[in-house]
Amino acid sequence: MVMQLTHMTMRSLRRCLVVLALSLISLPGYANEAVPVAEDPVLEKRLVNLAENLRCLVCQNESLAASRADFANDMRREIREQMRMNKSDEEIVAFLVERYGDFILFNPPLKSTTWLLWFGPFTLFFVGGTVLILYLRRRRAQINEKELPLTESQRLQAESLIKDMDKDQSI
Amino acid sequence: MTRFLLPLAVFVVLVIFLGVGLTLNPRQVPSPLIDKPAPAFHLPQLFDTSKTLSSKENLGKVWMLNVWASWCVACRDEHPVLVELSKLGIVPIYGLNYKDQRDTAMQWLKQFGNPYEISIVDADGKVGIDYGVYGVPETYVIDKQGIIRYKHIGPVTIESLKNKILPLIKELKG
Repeated sequence: MVMQLTHMTMRSLRRCLVVLALSLISLPGYANEAVPVAEDPVLEKRLVNLAENLRCLVCQNESLAASRADFANDMRREIREQMRMNKSDEEIVAFLVERYGDFILFNPPLKSTTWLLWFGPFTLFFVGGTVLILYLRRRRAQINEKELPLTESQRLQAESLIKDMDKDQSI
Repeated sequence: MTRFLLPLAVFVVLVIFLGVGLTLNPRQVPSPLIDKPAPAFHLPQLFDTSKTLSSKENLGKVWMLNVWASWCVACRDEHPVLVELSKLGIVPIYGLNYKDQRDTAMQWLKQFGNPYEISIVDADGKVGIDYGVYGVPETYVIDKQGIIRYKHIGPVTIESLKNKILPLIKELKG
């Protein structure tokens, strides 16, 4: 009876080991399965390069390349199809902008409505810098005007004060 | 005096800018298709796929194109509003059934009422892309010349109908 039990446990143990070994063998198999997403790696690379600079309108801070949203999926499919039809990147971007507006671009184009966006920060920086420099110059001039040389007696007085302070500190 | 007034003025301007920025809804992306011809389509009808509808057939009338789907939760919110609007008979509403299952879509309309003259099937969302659809429901107002005059993103509410859509339709029909 006992023999039989140990025999059975041995058998089930061995079975477990076999299963474990098999699962280990299949692990690299799993890893391989996810790799061939696209049939055409060159096209896929071009797609990612393009889609990285396009905004997913559903999850707005993600790019069309990174987003897992359904919308991004559709867009990637559309871009892929257009690439297969030998359309240039510029043509595809123009197609998307025509439908979704400049908002789909992470790099806003330079045009009259975006002048403030492009040049605003620089203008602000230079205006602020000029104001700061003018202010500092004026203040320095004011200090220089006020700064008068000490008379001999004032100087002696100041020195004795400093000496007193040093004494106080040493105690 | 100017020592305090100037920074205060700068601060106030900044607060106004930030305040406006906070109240804007980033989901409301203005469509570049406004005042442009509505993209053409030629799609099968939901209830009878042997029949089709093309955008040309609606030339000469003011109509609404409502993008909907049975999987879209917000569509359920706006649906009673559309049903009521269709009863008024002011404007024909056409449905673009976007990336949906045909039988669930038909079931959905049976359950909640059908405000659409005709619903057309955009199974793979291709026409949706042409119309710049990114968040269902979306509603377009298209004029007699086939020009898109207005786009409403998100559920149509009674307020948006009263304040914007119905006055616009009245103007376009007149």
